[in-house]
Amino acid sequence: MEKELIRLENCTMAFDDEVVLDNISLSIRDKEFLTLLGPSGCGKTTTLRIIGGFTKPVSGGVFFDGVRINDMPPHKRNVNTVFQKYALFTHLNVFENVAFGLRLQKPKLSKAEIARLVDEMLEVVSLRGFNNRDASSLSGGQQQRVAIARALVLKPRVLLLDEPLGALDLRLRKDMQNELKRIQQQTEITFVYVTHDQEEALAMSDTVVVMDGGIIQQIGSPEDVYNEPKNAFVADFIGESNIVDGIMRSDGEVEIFGRRMKCLDGGFGKDEPADVVIRPEDIDIVPLGSDAAMLTGQVTNVTFKGVHYDIIVDFKGFKWLIQTTDLSPVGGKIGIKLDPDSIHIMKKSRYSGMFGDYSSYSAEYDDISDASLGEDDVEDDE
Amino acid sequence: MRAARRGSIAAKLAKPQALAAPYVLWLAVFVAAPILIIAVFAFVRNGGGFTLSHFAEAARSWKVFGRSFWLAFVATAICLLLGYPLAYVLSRESANVQRVMSMLIMLPMWMNFLLRTYAWMSILEENNGLLNRLLGFLRLPQLHIANSPTAVVIGMVYNFLPFMVLPLYSVLVKLDKRLVEAAQDLGATPVQVFRRVTFRLSLPGVISGVTMVFVPAVSTFAISKLLGGGKSDLLGDLIERNFLSNKPFGSAISLLMMVICMVFIGLMNKFGDGGEGTLAI
Repeated sequence: MEKELIRLENCTMAFDDEVVLDNISLSIRDKEFLTLLGPSGCGKTTTLRIIGGFTKPVSGGVFFDGVRINDMPPHKRNVNTVFQKYALFTHLNVFENVAFGLRLQKPKLSKAEIARLVDEMLEVVSLRGFNNRDASSLSGGQQQRVAIARALVLKPRVLLLDEPLGALDLRLRKDMQNELKRIQQQTEITFVYVTHDQEEALAMSDTVVVMDGGIIQQIGSPEDVYNEPKNAFVADFIGESNIVDGIMRSDGEVEIFGRRMKCLDGGFGKDEPADVVIRPEDIDIVPLGSDAAMLTGQVTNVTFKGVHYDIIVDFKGFKWLIQTTDLSPVGGKIGIKLDPDSIHIMKKSRYSGMFGDYSSYSAEYDDISDASLGEDDVEDDE
Repeated sequence: MRAARRGSIAAKLAKPQALAAPYVLWLAVFVAAPILIIAVFAFVRNGGGFTLSHFAEAARSWKVFGRSFWLAFVATAICLLLGYPLAYVLSRESANVQRVMSMLIMLPMWMNFLLRTYAWMSILEENNGLLNRLLGFLRLPQLHIANSPTAVVIGMVYNFLPFMVLPLYSVLVKLDKRLVEAAQDLGATPVQVFRRVTFRLSLPGVISGVTMVFVPAVSTFAISKLLGGGKSDLLGDLIERNFLSNKPFGSAISLLMMVICMVFIGLMNKFGDGGEGTLAI
C-alpha cells in the first residue's frame, strides 16, 4: 500500500455562517484513484477546492507530503485541476492551452522542449493534430481532453477532477471513464475525482468517499460501500436498497417483521434496534407456502427493465423492490427467501426511516428518490 | 395578374431587410452625402477643377494636428490607466455595489457637457479657483494649470472617462472567473494571471474604450476653448473658426482628421485580432 500523500485534518468550512464542511478528516494515498461522491451541496466540491488551494478552511489543517499547506496559493501547489465545464482559455488554440503551464515553469523550458511535451500529451489524450484548432471550436469531449492534457502535462503529483464528465452525453461519458482510468494507471498520478454519479464512482475508483451534509458518511473501496454501507444514506445513495427496521436479537440473528433470520453481522447490543438493508438483487423468490419462504407478500407493480424485472412487493404494508428475472404477475402472492449474506445490518443513524421504502414507487422511482434527497440539500456548493 | 404583382411587392416588403430602409435612407442623406460634399469642397478649386492646394494649406497647420493627436493620446492613456482598475474592481463587487457605482459613473454624463467644462474652469482658475483655494488652505504651493494643455487634458479625461470605464466593465464583468482559477492552478502568479488571461480577454473592451475616448478627444473644440484659454488650438477649434469663412480649408482638415482616425481604429482592431466587442468601421 502506497504512503499517504494528502491529509485533511478536522477541516471545517463555512460561508456566511452556513457550514458546508463539518470537521472532516481524510487521508489520500499516493497513486490512488479517490472519488468524493455525494448529492449536490454535500461539500465534495468544497473539499476539492481546499486541496486545490482556491478556498481556505476556517479551521483544520491541509497537509501535502506531511507539510502544512493551508496558506500556500494555488500556483505553488503541485496539484492541477480539471475544472467543471473545462474552463479552457478561449483566446488560445489547443497547443497554447496545453503549453500554458509549461511556459510558466522555472527554469524556463526551451521552445522545442515545450513543443515535444505538448505533442506527447496530446497523443496521450488522443488529440494528435489538433494543435492549431481554436479551443472554442471543439466538441465537449475534445474540450474535456484538452483540459485533461493541460493539467497532466505539468506532471502534478495529484490531479483534481471536478465532475469532469458531467456535461457529456451518456455514451461519451462511458468512453471517457475508461479513458480516464487508463490515463490514471498509465501516468501513476493520484486522482481526486468529484462526482454525484454513483455508478461512475464505483466503476473508476480505488477508494470512494461518500459525503452528505458536509460530513463524510463512509470511506471505503467500491465493494465496501456497496456491500457494507454504514448507514441508510449510503445504502440508499449507492444502488437500490430496501431498508427496514429490525432488532438484533443476538450476534448473527436479526428479527424483521416478527421473524428471526440468520445474518452475518454482530457487535450490537442485545435487542438493539437496527436498520436492515436488503439489496433488490439479493432476494430469492420461492414458491408460496414452501418451507423456504420466509416472508409472503403481494406483487403490486412490475416494470420490465431489459435484463430483469423490477417488481414491487407489499409485505405487511411495507413495499420492497425486488429485481428478478422471473415474471410474477401483478396481484399475485409470492414467497421470498433471504440468505444470511444478503442481509446487512446497520446501526441506527439520523438517516433511519428516511430511505429505502418503495411505497411511493412509480416507474420513475429514481427521480422520486433523488427528489427526497434534495430536501435537506439547500445550498449548492459551487 | 395585378393581384399577383401586388402580392410580390408585399412579399418583398416583408423581408427583414426592408425594415432597415428608413435608416439606410437617413444614412444616405445625412451621412454619406455630407461627406461627399465635404470631399468636393476639399478637392475642388475656387474656380472649379481638381486641386490639392487646400490640403497643402491644411498641412501648414501640422502643429495643431500634432497637438490634437498628442493631447488626445495623453488623455486616452490616462483614461485607460484610471479606468481599467476602476472597471476591474467594479466588476468584482456585489451586484448592489455595481449598480450604485455604475450609476455614479454615468451620472455626470447626464449633466450638460458645457456646464461640466465650465465647472472645471472655476475649479482650476488661477487666483480664486477651488483647487488653489484648497491648496492655500493646506498651505501648499499654488498650481498654475488654468489655460494650459494640462487643463485641456484634465477636461478631456473628466468628460470622456465614462466612455472608457463602461466598455471595459461590460467585458470584465462577463469574464469567466474560473479561467482565472485555471491560470492560477497551472502555476501563474497574480501578475501572470493578469497579463496572460485577464488583460488578454479584456482587449475587446480596451479597444472599444480607447476608440470611444480617442476619437471625440481628437475632435473636441469646447474643452480646449474653455480650459485651454485659446492658447492651445486643437483641430476642432481650427475647423470651428475657419469652416464658415473658408469652407475648402475646413473641409480638408475635417477629411484629413477623419482619415487619420479611421486608420487609427483600423490598426486598433487589427491589434485586437478583431475579437468580439470591437468597434467595427
